[in-house]
Amino acid sequence: MPKVVVDVMPKPEILDPQGKAVLGALPRLGFSGVTDVRQGKRFELEVAGEVTEEVLAQVRDMAEKLLSNPVIEDFSVHVEPTGVSGS
Amino acid sequence: MKVGVVTFPGSLDDVDAQRAVRIGGHEAVALWHGDHDLQGVDAVVLPGGFSYGDYLRCGAISRFAPVMTEVIEAAGKGMPVLGICNGFQILCESHLLPGALIRNDHRTFVCRDQRLRIENATTPWTSSYTEGQEVTIVLKNGEGGFVADADTLDRLEGEGQVVARYLGDNPNGSLRDIAGVTNERGNVVGLMPHPEHAVEDLTGAGTDGLGFFTSLAVGAFA
Repeated sequence: MPKVVVDVMPKPEILDPQGKAVLGALPRLGFSGVTDVRQGKRFELEVAGEVTEEVLAQVRDMAEKLLSNPVIEDFSVHVEPTGVSGS
Repeated sequence: MKVGVVTFPGSLDDVDAQRAVRIGGHEAVALWHGDHDLQGVDAVVLPGGFSYGDYLRCGAISRFAPVMTEVIEAAGKGMPVLGICNGFQILCESHLLPGALIRNDHRTFVCRDQRLRIENATTPWTSSYTEGQEVTIVLKNGEGGFVADADTLDRLEGEGQVVARYLGDNPNGSLRDIAGVTNERGNVVGLMPHPEHAVEDLTGAGTDGLGFFTSLAVGAFA
């Protein structure tokens, strides 16, 4: 089944308290060298049939209306290559 | 006036809001999220809580609840709508109000008596107050940080659309200490603190919140 992935990230200028919490935890665990962490969301959409331009346009519409809030988030859409390991 | 209070799955403060509406001198009408029906009410309150478990984003799912079609349409025609806390988040997600509410900058839930300054006393929800009046209203939120781009913030301030501002320590990282805003028309108000919990001396921090519920009558007879 083809998989369309929507990645949603807080806009660069929007504060990301969750990312900050993760950033703060890393040195406490002994990990060094990370200067910033931004936390987002990943949506995996399984679609019936071929992933056509029309399907992608529809996914972008979904991302704009529901999956992301354009006031505070940016999103990107890509198709996951079939046959990759995982579920 | 008949004031509807919408109950979503996960609403917590709908019963308190109904009670505040009655103490404010109005008839409270329970509205159900799943009905395409406002039952002839004159105004609507979207109460606080965690509708739909705050899944996806606070208010993101509720915004598409059947009753919201009617709320959005009525708001467009000028019906007074007040969103408190989660209700404020729903109004932002519905694009009835500008901006968005994000997780508190200090990453912890805040629950306290909050000093506020009423900045706009001309909306149907704030006309009982005077501009510049300082009040204490309880605040409880995890995602109450009001954000918008700088142009939007400038416009809100320039057009008098900031309804209330936090005094003292900013409790949640809201830009420019904004606690509540209204739309261009002034009939839709979103507020992060909870006036419905500040309407009786017996509980809470006094009765400073009552004005949000008596303002409707003041406006009607003005």
